Amino acid sequence: MRATILFLFLALVIVVGVLLLLRSRKISEKYAILWLVVGLAAIVLAAYPALLGYIATAVGIQVASNLLFALAILLLVGVAMHLSLEVSRLEDRVRRLAEEAAILREQVESDEGSDANDD
Amino acid sequence: MADTSTPALKTAVIMPAWNEAEAIGATLDEIASVNPHVDVVVVDDGSWDDTVKIAQAHGATVLRLPFNLGVGGAMRTGYEYAGRNGYDQAIQVDADGQHDPADIDRVLEGLKVADISIGARFAGKGGYKAAGPRRWAMKVLASVVSRVAHTKLTDVTSGFRAANARAINQYRRHYPAEYLGDTVDSLVMAARSGLSVTQVPVEMRVRQAGTPSTSPLKSAIYLGRSLLALVVALTRRPMKRES
Repeated sequence: MRATILFLFLALVIVVGVLLLLRSRKISEKYAILWLVVGLAAIVLAAYPALLGYIATAVGIQVASNLLFALAILLLVGVAMHLSLEVSRLEDRVRRLAEEAAILREQVESDEGSDANDD
Repeated sequence: MADTSTPALKTAVIMPAWNEAEAIGATLDEIASVNPHVDVVVVDDGSWDDTVKIAQAHGATVLRLPFNLGVGGAMRTGYEYAGRNGYDQAIQVDADGQHDPADIDRVLEGLKVADISIGARFAGKGGYKAAGPRRWAMKVLASVVSRVAHTKLTDVTSGFRAANARAINQYRRHYPAEYLGDTVDSLVMAARSGLSVTQVPVEMRVRQAGTPSTSPLKSAIYLGRSLLALVVALTRRPMKRES
């Protein structure tokens, strides 16, 4: 019983924390959604611990906690993957900005001497 | 506040465009013919077709984003440009021709009574219809935002909207680039920061190019995302207004 309350509390902290971050624009919607879903799932599981047992039996896993661990690992792999993708995209964008800045700088500096400004 | 329709007011039409080569030329020509006194600023959102060339050929100032940022990102750029260049009012007009250039003056007229003027569908004019979850989402959004803005609004996701200098400044401070952030969130925050909002009924035309998304799944996702955006915007701390 005490454990239930503890985990319920932790799950609530996650959800409220993410909502606060979202509110102050420290986290963007696409990252927040994932954590909100995880937090809500944790709330449901903490409130009805028996649920985990039912699901484990249904999918044929004997120890219910193993299901939880498997799901948690899967989720973390997914998050890591997502972040890798986002970082790659950001790297690509930074590179393109640098290219843009280099070209524009050259144009600005070569325009500075001459009045012939046809751009 | 001075009369907003005098030609002395510096007016910018901000037009986000992403691969709109097919339609943008005609739209720009139409704006030039009905509204020769406005400056059109096309924000090219990383197009790979001839959008930029065509827009420049038709007399628009073109801001070129190095990659696609979405409509919200393009509009942020547009408002930043308008703010830095001292425009008194700015109006967002879509490149695809669904916003009738003949309505631009009517939507700008709204700025005589408010800081933000929205060209609204569902306001008793035109035949625009939405169905299913998308329709519910639009209804819920409209009623909640109406309450926040203390005025009846029927179409808060319309992109056809005008802003005066005060609203342009507000947008420069808060204009989320995320999906729906550009319409709902920016509007809610503007209203909660003390800016007034009004709407002008307009008719949306059939898009000249491209098709609107209508799948039920997409509509349901739209509903969820719009409600989340709304809740976030409603609970955020309002901004202190600049003097």
